[in-house]
Amino acid sequence: MLAIDNLSASVNDHKILDGLTLHVKAGEVHAIMGPNGSGKSTLAKVVAGHPAFAVTGGSVAVDGVDLLALEPEERAHQGVFIGWQYPIEVPGVNNAEFLRLAYNAKRKATAQPELSAKDFDRLLDERMAAVEVDVAFKDRQLNAGFSGGQKKRNEILQMVVLEPKLAILDETDSGLDVDALRAVARGINAFRSPTRAIVLITHYERLLELVEPDVVHVLSAGRIVASGGKELARRIETQGYDGLVGGDA
Amino acid sequence: MTTPDDDQAYKYGFSTAVEAVTFGRGLNEDVIRAISNARDEPAFLLEFRLKALKTFLAMEEPTWAAVDYPKIDFQQLQYYSAPRKAGEKDKAKYDSLADVDPDVIATFEKLGIPLGEQKALAGVAVDAVFDSVSVATTHQKRLFDAGVIFCSFNEAVHLFPALIERWLGSVVPVADNYYAALNSAVFSDGSFVYIPPYVRCPLELSTYFRINNTEAGQFERTLIIADVGAYVSYLEGCTAPKSSKHQLHAAVVELVTLDEAEIKYSTVQNWYAGDRATGEGGVYNFVTKRGACRGRNSKISWTQVETGSAITWKYPSCILQGDGSVGEFYSVALTNGKMQADTGTKMVHLGRDTRSTIISKGIAADSSSNVYRGLVRVHPKAENARNYTQCDSMLVGKNSTAHTYPYIDVNNPTAQVEHEASTSKISEDQLFYFTSRGVSEEDAISAIVSGFCKEVLAVLPLEFAAEAHKLLTLKLENSVG
Repeated sequence: MLAIDNLSASVNDHKILDGLTLHVKAGEVHAIMGPNGSGKSTLAKVVAGHPAFAVTGGSVAVDGVDLLALEPEERAHQGVFIGWQYPIEVPGVNNAEFLRLAYNAKRKATAQPELSAKDFDRLLDERMAAVEVDVAFKDRQLNAGFSGGQKKRNEILQMVVLEPKLAILDETDSGLDVDALRAVARGINAFRSPTRAIVLITHYERLLELVEPDVVHVLSAGRIVASGGKELARRIETQGYDGLVGGDA
Repeated sequence: MTTPDDDQAYKYGFSTAVEAVTFGRGLNEDVIRAISNARDEPAFLLEFRLKALKTFLAMEEPTWAAVDYPKIDFQQLQYYSAPRKAGEKDKAKYDSLADVDPDVIATFEKLGIPLGEQKALAGVAVDAVFDSVSVATTHQKRLFDAGVIFCSFNEAVHLFPALIERWLGSVVPVADNYYAALNSAVFSDGSFVYIPPYVRCPLELSTYFRINNTEAGQFERTLIIADVGAYVSYLEGCTAPKSSKHQLHAAVVELVTLDEAEIKYSTVQNWYAGDRATGEGGVYNFVTKRGACRGRNSKISWTQVETGSAITWKYPSCILQGDGSVGEFYSVALTNGKMQADTGTKMVHLGRDTRSTIISKGIAADSSSNVYRGLVRVHPKAENARNYTQCDSMLVGKNSTAHTYPYIDVNNPTAQVEHEASTSKISEDQLFYFTSRGVSEEDAISAIVSGFCKEVLAVLPLEFAAEAHKLLTLKLENSVG
């Protein structure tokens, strides 16, 4: 479903991604690990179309559709979702209203009728219960005043509301306490389906123990340098990246 | 040079070719007498004007505001311009809509203000002022049946001279400031409202000001009196055609509330702001607005959404004289292009147990400058005064500036005065957060700005709230990045 081929990208003329290739089939969960600065978050931003990054080579396609030719909004309408590592705070904007705006934007783009505020509210209640997020968060301002963990959980809530076919979750597990981690893992597992692809960017094995990946990759210096099963994650946890990444990583 | 975006952004930029009566240029006693004569004014009003002229000529132009503009040559302006009735001698008042130049009526229709009785906006009585003259006032009979007087200032001078003589200049005296003195000498037309005791005005009242003659200065005068226990909600809208010259708009608005009365005054101002890239042209909006809560437990609230004018310089204020009186100021001031705003309010606490609330939101985009200047003054005898001020600025883009000058002058130890301020930006990251979720940049800006302004938009009358929100979004297009 996701086909990234030989992707290169830079920011401020500084090359970050350098010939990255990654293929994920529908129904699969892939994990991406790698040392700090290897380009993991950059990958997520480039797939989403962040304006600060320039693609200098390669391609990104979802179900055959060339993503690089699309605006960020259009990519979202195609069913691409990024769970951000540092979700942005937008004070003054109501959390539930933001979700409704995003939900209806996608409905409109896919020629489906938009939901009324009342109907959306019902849908939101359902989804919040599914990911165990307190309904009080409907009244909060978008990420403003949220703890780090609350922000991450808000990202997962957005994912289950928007129902993308490709979800890239960037360090969703960082900053979560044990219970929150379990709740997030339950949410992701419930979201798995034969028609969806999920990419988990993470530093730690513990999320991968709860959400078992089909493939684990190591990203270093802007490209995938190793791929394997979940035992690769175990190896990294016990031995670090030595032997997997180049000396100048 | 204007871009298609500019044309779309200022859709009121059209002008109407209409014959007009003017009095040549310059400011002197002859011009004043001619104006007074053309309006057939009683002696007391001519005296008022002449006294004001003398005061004005002896005053010096104020330069303390944080706004920059080339010196105005007051002798080069025209001080009177009235759309001439087809084939008739100049007259300051129209007997019926049939006498008004059809092009003028069409102008108001184009602006969304139909004036014919059948098509008149339901629920809102409108006084339409084209350049210096009030052209029509809708629903007058229905209002009169309720005892409410709502007419042009000039009509009121003729029909209710005693009221005018009693209240004119009682809130903003002739010598109050330079532009008030000027206005008092040459004021054109405006609106007059009187609500009798214990009457709740059945309709919202509204005046729509349209500047057409870009050579003339605009000097409206508005006076609203709410007698004991009365209530009125008044809306003011303003637009002007595009011009490469600057136009001076120096209005004076006086409000008076007696015991237990309330006036709610809302403004959506979208005067032509000048070329967005060069700053050429645009209206200078130098206005004095003041409300006096003369009576016990009376209330005056000002709500303004300022999105236009090359320069906005105004401080709608409240004098809280009556015990228990309440003053409120809710403002959204948006500047873009090369606009400059120096605006805020003055709340003067004189009586006991008085309260004031100030919520000011400034949004500065492009290369504009946005200043909040506010005064909260508590007099020595003002026991238990309360003030809450919240002053927020939002910067859009990289070149705009926002400044705040709060003056807090408390002379009574029982007062409680609170002041909060914040500054924020619409960042590229915030916009990307929205677009990455499938929401267009335009909707994102709209949501963020609306969230920023929501406390103010919430107190606008419904008709204005939707329009204000759209206007704000439109003005911020192409501003980020």
